[in-house]
Amino acid sequence: MALAKITSITGRAVCVPGNDIDTDRIIPARFMKCVTFDGLGEFLFHDVRKHADGSDKPHPLNEARFKGATILLSGANFGCGSSREHAPQAIQKYGFKAVVAENFAEIFFGNCTTLGIPCFEASREDIAKIAAAVEKDPKVEVVADVANQEIRFGGESVKAVVRASSRDALINGRWDAIGELLDGVGAMKSTAAKLPYLAA
Amino acid sequence: MTRFCYAHSLSLMPKSLFEKVWDAHAVRTLANGQTQLLIGTHLIHEVTSPQAFGMLRDLKLKVAMPHRTFATVDHIIPTDQLVEPYKDPLAQAMMDELRRSCAEFGITFFDRATGKQGIVHIVGPEQGITQPGTTIACGDSHTSTHGAFGAIAFGIGTTQIRDVLATQTIALGKLKVRRINVTGKLRPGVYAKDVILHIIRVLGVNGGTGFAYEYGGEVFDRMTMEERMTVCNMSIEGGARAGYVNPDETTFAYLKGRPYSPTGAAWDAAVARWKSFASDPGCRFDDVVNIAAADIAPTVTWGINPGQGIAITESIPDPAKTTAVDEKASIEEALAYMKLKPGAPIKGTKIDVAFIGSCTNGRLSDFQEVARFVKGRKVAKGVKAIAVPGSQIVALQCEKLGLDKILAEAGFEWRAAGCSMCLAMNPDKLIGDQLCASSSNRNFKGRQGSPTGRTLLMSPLMVAAAAVTGSVADAREVFAVN
Ligand code: SF4
Repeated sequence: MALAKITSITGRAVCVPGNDIDTDRIIPARFMKCVTFDGLGEFLFHDVRKHADGSDKPHPLNEARFKGATILLSGANFGCGSSREHAPQAIQKYGFKAVVAENFAEIFFGNCTTLGIPCFEASREDIAKIAAAVEKDPKVEVVADVANQEIRFGGESVKAVVRASSRDALINGRWDAIGELLDGVGAMKSTAAKLPYLAA
Repeated sequence: MTRFCYAHSLSLMPKSLFEKVWDAHAVRTLANGQTQLLIGTHLIHEVTSPQAFGMLRDLKLKVAMPHRTFATVDHIIPTDQLVEPYKDPLAQAMMDELRRSCAEFGITFFDRATGKQGIVHIVGPEQGITQPGTTIACGDSHTSTHGAFGAIAFGIGTTQIRDVLATQTIALGKLKVRRINVTGKLRPGVYAKDVILHIIRVLGVNGGTGFAYEYGGEVFDRMTMEERMTVCNMSIEGGARAGYVNPDETTFAYLKGRPYSPTGAAWDAAVARWKSFASDPGCRFDDVVNIAAADIAPTVTWGINPGQGIAITESIPDPAKTTAVDEKASIEEALAYMKLKPGAPIKGTKIDVAFIGSCTNGRLSDFQEVARFVKGRKVAKGVKAIAVPGSQIVALQCEKLGLDKILAEAGFEWRAAGCSMCLAMNPDKLIGDQLCASSSNRNFKGRQGSPTGRTLLMSPLMVAAAAVTGSVADAREVFAVN
């Protein structure tokens, strides 16, 4: 299974501000009644984007000028809460290819890496700089560079870190671990043989 | 003293339980530096597994250890309709899908017909599947619950469920360990739920990032297994990836005689082995936090994350009183959503719904404690109160003791087992901006099924106090607990 080497994402960005944006907000539980992940993109941030009657609430993702953005900017502790992969799946199916935030909740971060979505950690000031540039010109080209740990936009560049194990996995095309894990099944069986509770 | 000579006890360096369990289950180091970690017990439920089975089929793979994989149905299951097909066709489709996958891959399924169905984190311990010194994974963040037994238990995403199904392993970076000591004695009317709400309030909702929490000290030593589960359950709400208590006699007594517990000579060997996993005296922790039990009061959340909690005697925070920009913004956002008045006492806030249940507080002791105090009392007019046992076995235990009748007489609806209003994927939902006193674990915006619904987290007895008075109340006063 050759996976794409994800070294950088180039595209437009949109900022969804706020700290502690949880997975229930990213994808409300009632949209998880599904047996495939297809179609989750349309429900991304549903309850903060839509009124009960289906009409739009004011939200960056509802603004025409930000349509087609592939880089999502946000605040601290992004993706906290549930382990539901439905959250990164909805982000990816909506069209996002990278997320930039001050920091991420653990499970969410891991789930993103597994789907090939780089999660960049940048300082609040630097995220604000990118957001200001995007606000001024939503068409500004943003390059989220995994290999070089930086984000470039409108002639500027800020530091943005993708944690080492995730970066390694992304740039070397190893972000979906299944191939490597399958190679280790023999070794897994030897480890299991030493653990009495695993006896069949 | 004779001692079993397991690999980990050969090393002279004192180790924490986390390190011992990790080392015993580490298969090898992967190219990116993470560990391929053996997952001894895999628990699955209907919401996060169907896509994983789909991936498995696409890759033409089999389940590596079907005998170590256990399924139940909890999130979507209606609590007021026992007979299929369920009114909600999507719920029925998920049920059918799980049933089909379990049959196809040879996995034990605690379906309703077995009488053992329930919330996955209640079923594992109840069946004796959850054991000390083991690794457990489940596509659910509250898998940390199982740490109460001295297991290392992780919540995982769906792609990782596929990994565990196919290889019985996941790729994971080693965690740091923070020891949290709670010393002294809890005051009357203060419960395990208050302990963990207090810890999260002190350390923050992302204070645990990168850590496993080891809970220790007199308070945890004295706790029952059910109480330890309540605490470990919410480790994830503090940002920790896992949380555990070292196994002791309380643990072994709980496990003895359970369906999946070892018996005879195997039991003695297992207990010896389990003991050997407990953290060694003098082992190193990456961080240590000390909390005095006397500082913990019955705690209630007022905001939109589990860290936004206060003692029942305190007032709702006032954003004007803080100069920290972040804190101010988060208080403002929370109060705007919660429609609560800054600076007002939390006590006396009118509630619409009272919910007792969930994997945090849906076990026998929770209902026993509530029934003991609400006996002869009535739920206040206009309050909808529901009590949802965490498993069919819990339901049966309660019914044998007549707790269901006591609760029903008080005005609680007694339901069938499931997650219910904890996340409202079934028909139990808040309506509009109803305010719910809830014994569950999350108060995120929209968590209980209505996009504007509001949740106040608290202990089951505090929920009961709110139910009978119609507003947030101090259970110690309402029920004369002292
Ligand atoms: S009771 Fe709530 S937290 Fe627990 S597994 Fe069910 S939905 Fe998740």
